Amino acid sequence: MLKPPSSTNSQLNLVSLRGITKAFPGVLANDEIDLDIYASEVHALLGENGAGKSTLMKILYGFYHLDSGQIFVNERPVRIQSPHDALAIRIGMVFQDFSLIPALSVMENLALFLPQLPAVLDVNGINRRIAQVSEQYSLEVNPEALVSQLSVGELQKVEILKLLLADARLLILDEPTRVLAPHEVQALFRVIDSLKKDGYAIVLITHKLKEVLECADRITVLRAGRVAGTLLRPDADENRLISMMFEKKLGTNVVTHKTVKPDQVQACLEFRDVWTHAEGLETALQSINLQVHPGEIVGVAGVSGNGQKELGELAMGLIRCARGKKFIFGKDFTDKSVQDVRTSGVAFIPENPLTMSVGPFMTVLQNMAITRTAKYARMGGLSMDWQAVHTDIEQSNQRLGFSLPLNAPARSLSGGNLQRMVVAREMIGDPRLIIASYITRGLDVQSAIAARQALIQARDNGAGVLLISEDLEELFTLSDWLIVLYAGKIAGKFRPVNTNVYEVGHLMTGSKVEHA
Amino acid sequence: MLKTSEVAPRFPIFQNKTVIQIIRYLYMILLALVLFGVILLISGKNPLQAYKDILTSTLGSAYGFSEVLVAMIPMLITALAVALPARVGLINVGGEGQLYIGAAFATFGALTFSNLPAWLLLPIMILLGMLGGALWAFIPGYLKAIGLVNETITTLLLNSVAPKIVGFLIFGFWHSPKDTIKTTTFVDTARLPTFFGTRIHLGLVIGLVLLVLFWLFMKYTRWGLEMRAIGNNAQAARRNGIPLKKYLIIVMCVGGAIAGLAGMSQVSGFYGVLLLNFSMSLGFMGFMISWMAGGEPLGIVLMSFVVSVIITGGNLLQLTRGVPYSVINLLLAFTLFVVLARPSLFKGKKS
Amino acid sequence: MTLLAILGVISSAIFSGTSLLYTTLGEVIDERSGIVNLGLEGVLLVSASSGFAITSLSGSPWLGILVAVLAGGLMNMILGYLVITRKANQLASGLALMFCGFGLSALIGKSFVGVKINSLPRFLLPGLGDLPRIYTSLFKFDPLIYLVIPMAFFVWWLLFRTRWGLGVRAVGENADIAYASGRNPSRIRYQALFAGGMLAGLGAGQLAIAYAMNWTEYMTAGRGFIAVALVIFSKWHPLRAIIGALLFSAAVAFQLLLQSSGVQISPFLLDTIPYLLTLIVLIAWGGNRKHSAPASLGRVYLGTE
Repeated sequence: MLKPPSSTNSQLNLVSLRGITKAFPGVLANDEIDLDIYASEVHALLGENGAGKSTLMKILYGFYHLDSGQIFVNERPVRIQSPHDALAIRIGMVFQDFSLIPALSVMENLALFLPQLPAVLDVNGINRRIAQVSEQYSLEVNPEALVSQLSVGELQKVEILKLLLADARLLILDEPTRVLAPHEVQALFRVIDSLKKDGYAIVLITHKLKEVLECADRITVLRAGRVAGTLLRPDADENRLISMMFEKKLGTNVVTHKTVKPDQVQACLEFRDVWTHAEGLETALQSINLQVHPGEIVGVAGVSGNGQKELGELAMGLIRCARGKKFIFGKDFTDKSVQDVRTSGVAFIPENPLTMSVGPFMTVLQNMAITRTAKYARMGGLSMDWQAVHTDIEQSNQRLGFSLPLNAPARSLSGGNLQRMVVAREMIGDPRLIIASYITRGLDVQSAIAARQALIQARDNGAGVLLISEDLEELFTLSDWLIVLYAGKIAGKFRPVNTNVYEVGHLMTGSKVEHA
Repeated sequence: MLKTSEVAPRFPIFQNKTVIQIIRYLYMILLALVLFGVILLISGKNPLQAYKDILTSTLGSAYGFSEVLVAMIPMLITALAVALPARVGLINVGGEGQLYIGAAFATFGALTFSNLPAWLLLPIMILLGMLGGALWAFIPGYLKAIGLVNETITTLLLNSVAPKIVGFLIFGFWHSPKDTIKTTTFVDTARLPTFFGTRIHLGLVIGLVLLVLFWLFMKYTRWGLEMRAIGNNAQAARRNGIPLKKYLIIVMCVGGAIAGLAGMSQVSGFYGVLLLNFSMSLGFMGFMISWMAGGEPLGIVLMSFVVSVIITGGNLLQLTRGVPYSVINLLLAFTLFVVLARPSLFKGKKS
Repeated sequence: MTLLAILGVISSAIFSGTSLLYTTLGEVIDERSGIVNLGLEGVLLVSASSGFAITSLSGSPWLGILVAVLAGGLMNMILGYLVITRKANQLASGLALMFCGFGLSALIGKSFVGVKINSLPRFLLPGLGDLPRIYTSLFKFDPLIYLVIPMAFFVWWLLFRTRWGLGVRAVGENADIAYASGRNPSRIRYQALFAGGMLAGLGAGQLAIAYAMNWTEYMTAGRGFIAVALVIFSKWHPLRAIIGALLFSAAVAFQLLLQSSGVQISPFLLDTIPYLLTLIVLIAWGGNRKHSAPASLGRVYLGTE
């Protein structure tokens, strides 16, 4: 057992989680997790996407309810049913997408969470308290400003202030540096440092190794819902952490790839020095140079939130290029609409089909027709040739080995079947370019295999595929080329055979850049 | 309340979803009738007698029944004017205003082209009415499509402006020599023909035809399918290549056109003049009917019928029993309340 | 355009604008909590008719005002039950409440049409008594008129300087965050509706008992909808509502004046000005997030709630 560091005058000496288990439909997010959080310490919670870090902390904050396990505060068992309960025992969390009210001022947002707010607001008194705490921890911010006017860095300061003023002693920060500029990151570290010295306990959820090594005293690595290990800082280094984060073994069967000579064949999709604007919490893409050729799968690796979603939407035309050009099948599509992109033979399989590409109350049959209404329209649009839709569905299903209930409303389908439906739909008509974004997320094994097969089939038929995924094994198995996205930039580009999980892991977590 | 699981096995008929729906509707109507009966009691009337009066006066005589149909006509059409935009997620509370402007445009036609034969004049008036309504709905539609202001607020505001414009037109230009609040009576060629000596006018046919067309349109055409997609999930529809903005504007305008048509049918078929404040919440009633009917054509016909019975009966109640006409609003309101409050008939059954 | 005429316009504006301002203030509170009340017209009618009835029966105008206030609060509770507890569509519920108000008020007021009542006393502010009589008669206001602007300030204080008001605004912006801070959004909305209803009732009572001093069906003449528009025009701020209500009533009064002096602008067209102004103002602000509605109210208008 690791010995706790000596703590100063804090009342929250130790928060322990024992045997925390939490399952969502289809996935075991936390599997018997034990964790100890000490005062005066920065405890980093490290792991890939889907490792369970966020879920675990949301349970601690009362946002989720645990299935089994116990939480102890100073060795007394506690029940946390809501964020309000958590705050009552002085545990606070700052979420990735912030929970502030834009139309209210900083002072009002903070006052909302003050534990002893008098019935008549003492504005000056509250401002004084804010000034006091913000000076103490370098969290200066203008109390009169509206939250909507603040920069992201300032938003974060307010969130931390909110917790401090609400008397929290354990602060959980979920991926705090995701949207910060480098100097803002340094400022945050200074704040964390001064808080730590005053006895606060800080949990830092992150996937960025550099920050962990700079900031943390204790590091717990989660992998696939389990604790892969806990280290103290002196015992940790990059390689050791990466080996804990990513599983060593890869899938044994690497699919043989057809070799394509890129110079001789025109790219299906090309980005030339593309930059995008980001609104709010989106990630801006910077200097993207990328080509997808017919008959090849280009895999995009990276921790979710580093620009992958934006890349897919950029390809489809849902996001505009702020700078640079986009070419599809050799033609300039920089300013074209989504409709234009689709009619030129591009398919889009987004993550989360139910919210992103499906009409929940329409039947499967209707959903299948919705992307190609022009093709199926007869008499100028007065009627639809459902026979033709049936035929196409039949064909697609046969090729892919799917079978779907055509007359059921889409929302009655399971996640796996929904994704199958979308895949089947998008594969109709032999698209020449497929943008696939997290298509196997949340799928059971069989459906995932089927989806991957579909992509391989398409690739073998000469289509180009842009595969965005968080599953490294999937990427290594399927890709002809593998690129890594980090903070909106391409951090590396390789042939899978020429690299390994560690190198990619380094790039995904922002470590040294190799093989640029 | 009874549990479905207890009742159903013993009486298989209760497992049928449609039967359950019908029973639910009957239950809600019953609740509303009881509530209104209480009000009648308080004001010293006999509710059972009142209900009997309503039914006999409306459904019991040919005249009464014809009056019910007459009252139905504008409601069918204004309800459709709400139901169509609702398919793409637009909330059109502006039927009231679109109605007035459509009526005004149609009146312009009636007064200006009064020399034309009916077979020319009436279609012109219909087109003018639709044009007026569409124009009145264009601004809200456009503002919504470009994401500036949502259509609920804009249509509500324009509702209040339209009757005043109509007032201005009547008072300033069109009023009859005898009366400043209405125009001269339309010439016969500007009147929609009536049937069988009743006041039922061609508007009924127009309304029913439109509803049928609506049903066919949504079910069979490509645009109906795309509209369904937008209504289901606008962002997904956009991702799937459907031109969202175009649809929002066009559909809103068509909704307005339909409401404008309702206005035309009222002034041409029913009144024969353009009268100040002739609407009496027809647009809002259309909203309520469409909402209660879930935007379904058959439901619209049924709900329009029910509301018409209530209103027409109310007219006659006033004549015979000394209850102010406005009281009939209460029965309407209670029916709406009951539907809105969604009581569950069987425990555990989600409404 | 004599001084007398201008003063007459101002006086008329103040008389008729008072009830409008009370109503608008009430709706400001409601909408700040995230609920829009399209049935305000019905609420006003019920308050006015019941207040008037009680005044006539009891002889006491103050009792009538009290009843009007309570009636307003209770009518809003119906809306609250539908919208908060049963989670019904706000627009449809409001319209239903409007119809209910039409019918209920007609019933209540039936026996009181044309009846005369004891009204509230009217008096001048001290110090103005020395002015010539033709001027002073214009500015003899009832107590509720004198109360209305302080009331606007009170509502401002309530919303922006009290813990309760902060909670109301938080609920209207983001009920989840309000919940996370330990508040009960449903309860706060009920409270806001009741408070808002009372203010609307006060406005209706003043209209029927102190100003018009009679009862007729539909006497509120669209004030309910005007108030909803004015709330938007004043950006959901009680102090700006003063300006909105006064401007609107002044426009109406001014238009009457123009008519009587033979100027040819149609009263109908003048009546459209407040609505068109609100529309223009909405368009002008449309892109600017700072001026938008309370966030959860926006959801109502989007139809996604």
